[in-house]
Amino acid sequence: MQIYRGHVLVCAGTGCVASGSRNVQAEMEKQLEAFNLDKEIKLVETGCHGFCEMGPIVIVYPEGIFYCRVQPEDVKEIVEEHLLKGRPVKRLLFKNQITEEMVPHYKDIDFYKKQNRIVLGNCGFINPENIKEYIARDGYEALAKALTQMTPEQVIEEIKAAGLRGRGGGGFPTGLKWEFARKAPGDKKYVICNADEGDPCAFMDRSILEGDPHALIEGMAIAAYAIGSDEGYIYVRAEYPLAIKRLKIAIAQAHELGLLGEDIFGSGFNFKLNIKEGAGAFVCGEETALIASIEGRRGEPRVRPPFPANKGLWGKPSNVNNVETFANVPRIIARGSQWFADMGTEKSKGTKVFALTGKVKNTGLAEVTMGITLREIIYDIGGGIIDDKKYKAVQIGGPSGGCIPEELLDLPIDYDSLISAGAMMGSGGLVVMDEDTCMVELARFFLNFTQMESCGKCTPCREGTKIMLDILERITKGEGKEGDIELLQSLAETIKSTSLCGLGQTAPNPVLSTLRYFRDEYEAHIKDKRCPAGACTALASYRILEDKCIGCTSCARVCPAKAISGEVKKPHKIDPAKCIKCGACIETCKFNAIVKQ
Amino acid sequence: MEKCNCRNSQLSAILARYTGQEGALFNVLQDAQELYGYLPEEVLVSISNHLGRPFSEVYSVVSFYAHFRTQPRGHNLIRVCTGTVCHIMGALQILARISQELGISMGGTTRDGAFTLGSLPCFGACSHAPVIMVNDDLYGRVTPGRVPEILAKYSCREALTTSS
Repeated sequence: MQIYRGHVLVCAGTGCVASGSRNVQAEMEKQLEAFNLDKEIKLVETGCHGFCEMGPIVIVYPEGIFYCRVQPEDVKEIVEEHLLKGRPVKRLLFKNQITEEMVPHYKDIDFYKKQNRIVLGNCGFINPENIKEYIARDGYEALAKALTQMTPEQVIEEIKAAGLRGRGGGGFPTGLKWEFARKAPGDKKYVICNADEGDPCAFMDRSILEGDPHALIEGMAIAAYAIGSDEGYIYVRAEYPLAIKRLKIAIAQAHELGLLGEDIFGSGFNFKLNIKEGAGAFVCGEETALIASIEGRRGEPRVRPPFPANKGLWGKPSNVNNVETFANVPRIIARGSQWFADMGTEKSKGTKVFALTGKVKNTGLAEVTMGITLREIIYDIGGGIIDDKKYKAVQIGGPSGGCIPEELLDLPIDYDSLISAGAMMGSGGLVVMDEDTCMVELARFFLNFTQMESCGKCTPCREGTKIMLDILERITKGEGKEGDIELLQSLAETIKSTSLCGLGQTAPNPVLSTLRYFRDEYEAHIKDKRCPAGACTALASYRILEDKCIGCTSCARVCPAKAISGEVKKPHKIDPAKCIKCGACIETCKFNAIVKQ
Repeated sequence: MEKCNCRNSQLSAILARYTGQEGALFNVLQDAQELYGYLPEEVLVSISNHLGRPFSEVYSVVSFYAHFRTQPRGHNLIRVCTGTVCHIMGALQILARISQELGISMGGTTRDGAFTLGSLPCFGACSHAPVIMVNDDLYGRVTPGRVPEILAKYSCREALTTSS
């Protein structure tokens, strides 16, 4: 085997690819060869490091030097200075935003310091397209242990004792779900992975699929052994082409080594895994809808019971778990339930991966121990609000969740505390908002989403979300009426209690939680026809400040509606009748002479 | 016409591949769309006949999923991310600017067939919000001002491919 003195890890997750990591990788390959280092330094394409904001990310081992926002033109310098002469390139290191100090090592960066990367432990560290790298990190050891040293019942007991709960949002105890499927009578059973990550702005499952696909495969194989199944399906969002590609490679490699297929580890246990691509329907994240979709039908949910554990895919007992849930399984089996149960809060064990995005300085994926506060995530890991603006709220759990205002920032996060605050864990999306975000408009945005994604099977969700959306649209246009808030509340309660599935039952949450914490914003829109955040276009107007405008004409030139007029070197004016409120003028003005009110 | 026959024989091959399999309809539709670029009515009719399923059932599956299209698409597909982060970072302004530049609204195709405008709730590139995708190219931190420059890249490419 070839021994290398160093490794260069280039991130090939979707975030870094979006900022150009493919070109960086190609240039690295070229430069390593040009400097005759290709036999000494190994170039590794990895999955996501989570710190997407700073992409493309390049890490050099054994030192663990972290380079960020690397461009192809920087590569030669890294190779020549660092890899050849041993002098890290300072200008490409991460700079601490507060102290402005350079932070050369991965582990010392604030973004990573408070994280507890277990599920994401391999992401960004191994080459996801090479099964041997996963095995070198103790991969498939848990499957071997389960198959050769444990009975299926013992596996279930271990997962129950660990206290693992479903990471897809509901938080149902995983071990219990497995037990139901195990006890269900039937000769054929299925294990299904819900990788239809539909919540906007949650991308942790994709990161696992792209960065550590074998963890999912191993977790599913252990689950199959536990419930007595020999076949599994991974239902992946079609918008994740890279994840699908890597899963296919991973499954093929696992087959080749006999880690999938017949008589695995000589135990007599067989397991076959299929991939099913979704076709863009949010409701397919609901387990009965997902099963209908695998069966090739419209992805409409059905009444439960019977639960999938008894009557699932093709009418057979089936167990559906989310990607992150399965990825936790091998770690629990390998290290023991006690190790897992020691982390977290009383009722929520282990870690949770959050997708931290929005108006926060450091965005990306953060895996933290349950019980951490939102303040720690937003300020310590996230580095605070962009431009040091005022924090307004964080939306947690996507369209099914709710917002958390400043006064609750010190709430320790777990499944139950979030429910009591009117939000929910959901899949773990955390969208941070500052003073410029209008909460009524945000509620309208989510209702627009759920209303479009409603499958239409049950009346409360189909009609109710539409009526709620109509009301919210009126309010954001300044056409709100007295009594609208009460009507919204009453509709919300009805939809929550009478909808068929989770989509409808949680759809009103964004409205209820914004009403709970930001009722004054609704009132300002309805009574004063005013948007306090200045975000609602219909209620906003643009104005040029005469004392600041020097008449440079750049706004008039950029205005697509020709709404700005004026003489050169004299203050300009906006014609409100022509203005389409696109904001292009504000963006182009160098003198801060245009204001949005 | 020749091209059409060739495609029809490919459709027969797709149908043959999945016949008798459970859940075949969905897979056939996915592959047929890959083949034709969209799902024309006559293709849906032949799928329905071949699988022995009512046309209404085939159409009900097609209309349910956002991925299935019954209209042809322009040469370039622009998709504006309408996820939460992109929304609060100004996706609507980007959408408005693209609409204005091309003279089409959401779901529309330009008269010359060069562009189709669509949206997608989240590409998962939230760290680069607001994001748009043209074909397979992702553009991050887009501002309304950058829109004409991005579109220009594809108008040129379109002109090049048609002239060559």
